[in-house]
Amino acid sequence: MINLMALEYRPLIAVLISLTASGLIYVLGEHIRPNAREGITLTAAVLKIAAVYSMIPAVLAGKTIKLELFSIVKGVSFAFNVDPAGMVFACVASTLWILTSIYSIGYMRGHGEKNQTGYYAAFAMCLCAATGLCFAANLITFFIFFEVLTVATYPLVVHYRDAEGTVSGRKYLAYTLISGQIFFAGIVIIYATAGTMDFVPGGFIKEGMLPMPWALIVFFMMVGAGIVKAGVMPLHSWLPAAMVAPTPVSALLHAVAVVKAGAFCTLRVVLYVFGPEAAKACHGADILAWMAVFTIIVSSFIAMRKYNLKARLAFSTVGQLSYIILGICILTPYSTAGALYHIVAHAFMKITLFMAAGAIFVTTHKKDIREMVGIGRRMPVTMMAFTAASIGIAGFPFFVGFVSKANIIMGAVAMGKPVFVATLIASALLALTYLMPVVFIAFKKNVDNPDFAEYGEASYAMLIPLVITAVISIILGIAPNAGLHLFDLSLMAGNQIFTPLM
Amino acid sequence: MTENIPVLIILLPLCSALLCLALTAAGKNLGIIFVKISCLASFMLSCIQLQMVVTGGTIHYAIGNYAAPFGIELVIDSLNAVLLVCFSLIGFLTLIFADNFGDRKRPMLVGGACAETALLITGLLGMTSTGDVFNLYVFLEITSLSAYCLISLGGSRGVVSAFRYMLVGTIAATFYLLGIGVLYAVTGTLNMGDMKEILSQGGHDDAMLTAMCFLIPAFGIKMALFPFHGWQPSAYTHAEPGSRPLITGVMGKVPAIAMFRFIYCIYGTDFRFVRIALIILGVFSVAGMLYGSLMAMGQTDLRKVLAYSSVAQMGYISLGFAIGTPIALAGAFLHMIGHAFMKGGLFFCTGAIRYKYGTTDINDFGRIYKQMPLTCGLLTVAALSMIGIPPTAGFFSKWYLALGAAGQQDWIYIAVLVISSLLNAVYFFRLIEKVFIRQSSELKMRWKSEALELPVSVILPIVVCFVAILGIGLFNVRIVDILLMTLEGVGL
Repeated sequence: MINLMALEYRPLIAVLISLTASGLIYVLGEHIRPNAREGITLTAAVLKIAAVYSMIPAVLAGKTIKLELFSIVKGVSFAFNVDPAGMVFACVASTLWILTSIYSIGYMRGHGEKNQTGYYAAFAMCLCAATGLCFAANLITFFIFFEVLTVATYPLVVHYRDAEGTVSGRKYLAYTLISGQIFFAGIVIIYATAGTMDFVPGGFIKEGMLPMPWALIVFFMMVGAGIVKAGVMPLHSWLPAAMVAPTPVSALLHAVAVVKAGAFCTLRVVLYVFGPEAAKACHGADILAWMAVFTIIVSSFIAMRKYNLKARLAFSTVGQLSYIILGICILTPYSTAGALYHIVAHAFMKITLFMAAGAIFVTTHKKDIREMVGIGRRMPVTMMAFTAASIGIAGFPFFVGFVSKANIIMGAVAMGKPVFVATLIASALLALTYLMPVVFIAFKKNVDNPDFAEYGEASYAMLIPLVITAVISIILGIAPNAGLHLFDLSLMAGNQIFTPLM
Repeated sequence: MTENIPVLIILLPLCSALLCLALTAAGKNLGIIFVKISCLASFMLSCIQLQMVVTGGTIHYAIGNYAAPFGIELVIDSLNAVLLVCFSLIGFLTLIFADNFGDRKRPMLVGGACAETALLITGLLGMTSTGDVFNLYVFLEITSLSAYCLISLGGSRGVVSAFRYMLVGTIAATFYLLGIGVLYAVTGTLNMGDMKEILSQGGHDDAMLTAMCFLIPAFGIKMALFPFHGWQPSAYTHAEPGSRPLITGVMGKVPAIAMFRFIYCIYGTDFRFVRIALIILGVFSVAGMLYGSLMAMGQTDLRKVLAYSSVAQMGYISLGFAIGTPIALAGAFLHMIGHAFMKGGLFFCTGAIRYKYGTTDINDFGRIYKQMPLTCGLLTVAALSMIGIPPTAGFFSKWYLALGAAGQQDWIYIAVLVISSLLNAVYFFRLIEKVFIRQSSELKMRWKSEALELPVSVILPIVVCFVAILGIGLFNVRIVDILLMTLEGVGL
């Protein structure tokens, strides 16, 4: 009898919980009452959190949790391996699932959305895929979950089933499927040359395994899928287009699962497949770092010119995700830890911003920033959370964004890259210039906008999650290790990757 | 009893086909029931046989106890055994499914169609198991003749398509006969194993080359490989709806097995011109994969979309042959099995939609998932499998094909696999878009029920295909291991 509660089965359980929830919701959704359907989501979310959190002590203690299930292709197992890097992302995804779910319930009902069953089923599927790719032990397992995530996000993007949604859906698929298939070809080539696909901290591509032009080509074939999902310019344009989806979906896309999966994919490929040495030797890391620098600067300028609040936040995401890419490509332990921690930091801050934008939209039906004059007086809690998250995005001390950025900058200083340091500092100011106007408009003095006279705060189902995420982003800024020891986990991951070198 | 299993698998459907009409005349449903039972028995026997082959190795069965090389021999290696299970299962599912499509008022016509389907199953199973080149021809003709009948039963356009197929198919059969005639002239034997022995002694290169020039087009036509596919789209589109999943899912694959037998098992890779033949086959496959997908994009009739997509998918299989390493060959056969369920499944769905709404035009499919969630579920999974999204069967066959190509440094083939997947994605996501997103069109329901979306006999094949596509994907290694038992010895 297999002991299913044993530690090594926890990653499988964490994945299966969401998968089961997704199946149950799809099959039963139309036949049971909405409350029961949402009950499935919430129960699964709680169980998943329990499964994921329960692995933290073991991972912190330096143990690795390995589970080989069966051969998925000849010579390679369908295997999970829980390491610190995967743990960080899994914690973020599972924590935010429950908050997003509560928020979704408020949003979807408040807004009277259709097709809610499909929505919750696809949402659970995305989380299943996101957790799966956190824990995947080798490239093929990773790729399976990566592609499942690609497909499961599609119904969310086209949620409204209108012309605009269809076009965005096509755009999304074109970007992600093309890069995904090229990733597939890259995996095949890697497996054919290296004979292994298991992720190794520090990479398994040895010097001379791939001759020079090939190394760079394969590097970009592999990384391509990650940077498309992470929205690195010039491959970002699906991301703002996907803004047509309902706000909780945007929150999921931008903060929890999809873009972070892209960043995480880049992390795995650069540091666990190629490794710092090979990534540097083929110049792939350098080129990617400069792409990230370009993205950080340009996206901030584009964001300033967007007056649709969600579009502005979308371009902010494009820029912030490139921090993670940059952090990975600087190739130092601190910058890697910073990049990983930025997955956490950005998730909590950006989800707060999106939830606030959604709350404003559901209560007042306003999308345009210029129409939000004085809204802070009617929705003070929402806008306070928004302000806190904005300051965090800019990287102020005592907010979570500072911790990650400081580490990335430390890495850049250690490597002697003044341009990267300058970019990171400049972008903080740029972030202020595009996010602060929203705050100022909302709290404009002496204006009592009659448009908003009848509105108050959004429903509690929407308000509570966004307050929680805002509070967490402050707590983690003051004590980065609070609760889940996420910062220690990030540092552990960074050290694991670079120990063989030092 | 157990030693006769190889021949029983073929004889059961054959006998039931011959008796079907007589039994139908005696009692309305008797014939059909008898055919179904015998095909189910045939499926079960092939499962037992697979077990025997996996544990006990290749089975050689001499029909009528006339020993090879003079008598007819059935050779069941691990490859055949797996394929027989797959083909007989789809045959059985098709028979169940076909129940819903006959004209109830004309039982003899229904019984006749059923008998033809059983004959088709006989031919397909026979071609797969035989170890004798002339016997292969006999089964090829049984397959073709029953297919002509079944296609012509699909209405007036079916008759035209069947006639067209018959003209081309006869040329193929003649080519095949000429090819084996040349080989018989130099070897004096018709047994495959024996022929291999004699040919491998060398000195027959010219005859072998001549024969190959006949054989590749012959099989190419029968499996609808580009550029020999001309008959295929209209035949698949207008075939009798009840038997369509079998025709589209299996009929093209069996000549491909025969092609594999000739190239790798009879000629062997030592043959001087084999590399050239493989390159030509590779060019055909690549062109077919691109052409089929591009043509499929332009169609609005779902049946035509799927028919052209079959041209492309046959390209995957012959691409595996063209790469030629054991792992790529395993990929080709895995794709054969997977695609049988995908394409069969997609045609079960098409049939189900047609049964419920009477349309196959994808522009009418607006949001039918609300009424047919199960059908659309399979449609989506099968479509994803066609594109090659993990963890469906299509992804893993593509994986092995690409791995084989990488091993041979055929980078172009990998590039084509990627491009082909993306082209597949274009037209399959167009279909998914129509089914899930498009405004619902006002369709009149022909079949209504409170409890189920479709009759049980339609749901059963759909569910089996759904499970099979995911099951073959997740547990592909087991199948590949069994396939490699045979394939390790052959190939480059």
